[in-house]
Amino acid sequence: MIKKERMKVLNHKELAPSIFELTLQGELVSEMNQPGQFVQVKTTEGTEPLLRRPISISSYNRSEKQFTMIYRAEGKGTTLLSQRKEAEAVDILGPLGNGFPVHEAKQGETALLVGGGIGVPPLYQLSQMLVAKGVTVIHVLGFQTKSAIFYEKEFSELGDTYIATVDGSYGTKGFVTTVIDNLEQEFATIFSCGPTPMLRALESGYREKKLFLSLEERMGCGIGACFACVCHTGDDPTGFSYKKVCSDGPVFRAGEVVL
Amino acid sequence: MSRLSVELPGLHLKNPVMPASGCFGFGREYSQFFDLDILGAIMIKATTPEPRFGNPTPRVAETSSGMLNAIGLQNPGLEKVISEELAWLSRYDVPIIANVAGSQIEDYVKVASEISKAGNVKALELNISCPNVKEGGIAFGTVPEVAKEVTKAVKEVSSVPVYVKLSPNVSNIVDMAKAVEDGGADGLTMINTLVGMRLDLKTGKPILSNRTGGLSGPAIKPVALRMIYEVSQQVSIPIIGMGGIATAEDVIEFFYAGASAVAVGTANFVDPFVCPTIIEELPKLLDELGFDHISECTGRSWKQNETVTNNRS
Repeated sequence: MIKKERMKVLNHKELAPSIFELTLQGELVSEMNQPGQFVQVKTTEGTEPLLRRPISISSYNRSEKQFTMIYRAEGKGTTLLSQRKEAEAVDILGPLGNGFPVHEAKQGETALLVGGGIGVPPLYQLSQMLVAKGVTVIHVLGFQTKSAIFYEKEFSELGDTYIATVDGSYGTKGFVTTVIDNLEQEFATIFSCGPTPMLRALESGYREKKLFLSLEERMGCGIGACFACVCHTGDDPTGFSYKKVCSDGPVFRAGEVVL
Repeated sequence: MSRLSVELPGLHLKNPVMPASGCFGFGREYSQFFDLDILGAIMIKATTPEPRFGNPTPRVAETSSGMLNAIGLQNPGLEKVISEELAWLSRYDVPIIANVAGSQIEDYVKVASEISKAGNVKALELNISCPNVKEGGIAFGTVPEVAKEVTKAVKEVSSVPVYVKLSPNVSNIVDMAKAVEDGGADGLTMINTLVGMRLDLKTGKPILSNRTGGLSGPAIKPVALRMIYEVSQQVSIPIIGMGGIATAEDVIEFFYAGASAVAVGTANFVDPFVCPTIIEELPKLLDELGFDHISECTGRSWKQNETVTNNRS
């Protein structure tokens, strides 16, 4: 069930330049039960900016009633959000959308988790849940440059973690696909979140795998009412059928929607 | 709640607050947040004869205290709106105002004649003011003679009263209002969005794929108030006011300008509970302002012979 709540800031820190980790506490966390969902954040009390900001949930702890999100302070709204201090309240609507299908990876199997930039965070909760059920995880995380990297240690504790940087300042020079093409390990399932070009590359390069993609799109409401984040479906790419990224996704099986 | 009840052509409203068309889908999403029965009415998403996918994304862009949208009237088409959406809504005891759109007069006539026969549709809202459809839509809403003609055509086939949604993108809103009143409109809804634009700082190109979009939200409230103020003094049909309403105070301001009911649009996207919140707060606000019934507020801004002592403290 989706709830709206003023949640308390427990911790708020900058992990990398303009990348913030925000941990909030409140009753709404009890509604979180799948990795890859998101919340809509009201970044200010007034009307400037007006709309909420969709931000993915990077991890949650129901018994502690806490969840963490990692976001990039880029525009007006997220910059305002980044100024919120501990003990202040933040207006949250969530949890929203459908997350990664953890059940698609079976115990004893290996899953590949592929993240690009600010698409990396939701993979953290997913990785924890996969590991907990006995799935071996491999992480391939892509960033622009060395200083933009975050959570390398956290992911490394859960499974093999490979980093790619576009400028080659850390890890493999290039994109996540550069790393994946040279992987020696076998894997059955890919879960990924990141920029659309990255998702397209995965979809065209790894058709034979079970592949799940978390999409990003400009949203209005985040609950499926405004029809801002609509995309065509794979079986009717130019017709009238559609999926809403916010309420049908953001996670889709590869081919389900047109990227 | 009787102090909030409003009687309008075709509409017995338990309160004057309804979600605006295009900002509430067909109600399903919001039904998970509250009982839709508490609403005065529901203005459902625009319906066209055939299904429409709408415009490519990006379809929204934010602006100061507002947003631009260019959804492009995405809807499942007349047949499915009746058989699926209106059928689903029939579980609620709430009057539906069906927003009728099209690109030629025949479209409006077809949608109006069929959708007005659905049992829960108590009125039509003639959408001659959507700025996001290339084929027409707004073309009907910017030339008084054409607006009158389409109003007349729809009135002839509609089984329920017809409200015409006015575009603010005109040089003389009063001329438009009078024209549709002449055409037989039972009421007006105003205002639709203002055509606007935003550009991407890096590419220099429009953010919206449609290039332009409709501006809504608190930013347009003063424009809506001014237009309702002007129109309500010149026509004798009631006005459902809209444009940036987000609070009970906004509702009263729209009534003062000349509205008899209001619709809440963009605010639903920011706070899904905004309509129930406003409905709950209105009686308290009426108490504070010294009114027994909300209808006493209508047109207070221009009514000459009214005493204005009742809320002086």
